[in-house]
Amino acid sequence: MHEVGITQSIVEIAERTARSGGAKRVLSVTVEIGALSGVIPEAVEFCFEACSKGTFLENARLIIERVPGMGRCPNCAGETEIDAYSCECPACGAFGLETLQGKELRVKEMEID
Amino acid sequence: MCIDCGCPSPGHDHHHHKAHDHDHGHDSRTVRIEEDLLAKNDRLARANRELFRDKGLFVLNLVSSPGSGKTSILERTLADLGAQTGFAVLEGDQQTANDAERIAATGVPVHQINTGAGCHLDAHMVGHGVERFDLDAVDILMIENVGNLVCPASFDLGEDHKVAVLSVTEGEDKPLKYPQMFQAADILLINKIDLLPYLRFDVEKCKQFARRVNPAIRIFELSCHSGVGMDAWYGWLAEGVAKKRKQ
Repeated sequence: MHEVGITQSIVEIAERTARSGGAKRVLSVTVEIGALSGVIPEAVEFCFEACSKGTFLENARLIIERVPGMGRCPNCAGETEIDAYSCECPACGAFGLETLQGKELRVKEMEID
Repeated sequence: MCIDCGCPSPGHDHHHHKAHDHDHGHDSRTVRIEEDLLAKNDRLARANRELFRDKGLFVLNLVSSPGSGKTSILERTLADLGAQTGFAVLEGDQQTANDAERIAATGVPVHQINTGAGCHLDAHMVGHGVERFDLDAVDILMIENVGNLVCPASFDLGEDHKVAVLSVTEGEDKPLKYPQMFQAADILLINKIDLLPYLRFDVEKCKQFARRVNPAIRIFELSCHSGVGMDAWYGWLAEGVAKKRKQ
């Protein structure tokens, strides 16, 4: 359950940025979570209320943008959506797809007051 | 208080980080941030890595499920190589100092980190953990992570290699079930191979599954109980130390 620590980081980053920007509170925060990041979006949602209590983010809306995993086949160079590193290429059956996208774990933006 | 990591422990040295520039769009209420959630851990991991490089330390992060034999592999390795190589060990567990006591019995400096509810070690814990050691006397730092094939995969500690340990009493399909860990690790130790005659564990299949997830993974088959296969592992350690010293 490393999502608690991840959610604390969301709050920490947003609060620090809000403070330095002279905001009073954060209305919403947008986070990108990739399908291959090892983080479960639902678990982050679950942790957010507890982690944001008593901070600039209390009652803020958490917006999660899910980034699908994309891989490139080392054999036929075909690109395909992947949800795990063990996926095989649907076109030629090769393994070891290079990850192009899906590891994102990033606070993207926020709305402040 | 440490001004770099914000924790109350004084007197440790982090290499310095650049301030981030944020676009604060003053006409709009929307603020772009674009900051990685693991940025703080990664920053501290970079500081650890720089420290390890300055000291010429070869650093391994041992990861596995509980009971695969990480501590036993360490005990045997320290007993066999401790006379000619300087070791230090960081032990990670949720509770107890049991593993640290086992390591301490070999005479090697060890520090136990208890993570409490935490499921992995992070770069911050490691940065403070190594303050306990005289790093000038160390060639190899072994970090035994919390037994967990999921969360430790996501956290860089500043190590040279993540070494995954998989014992033959587990399923050979573990690499497929926990692909992220076997992707993050570049070394795989298949342990307890002395038990193979009593089990239905297919080593070839296991290796095949590991390479599906990570075609470049290097695999050693060994038993820290019988000692079979340990020499190849020791050879690899010696190469690593030599390379690190040259840098």
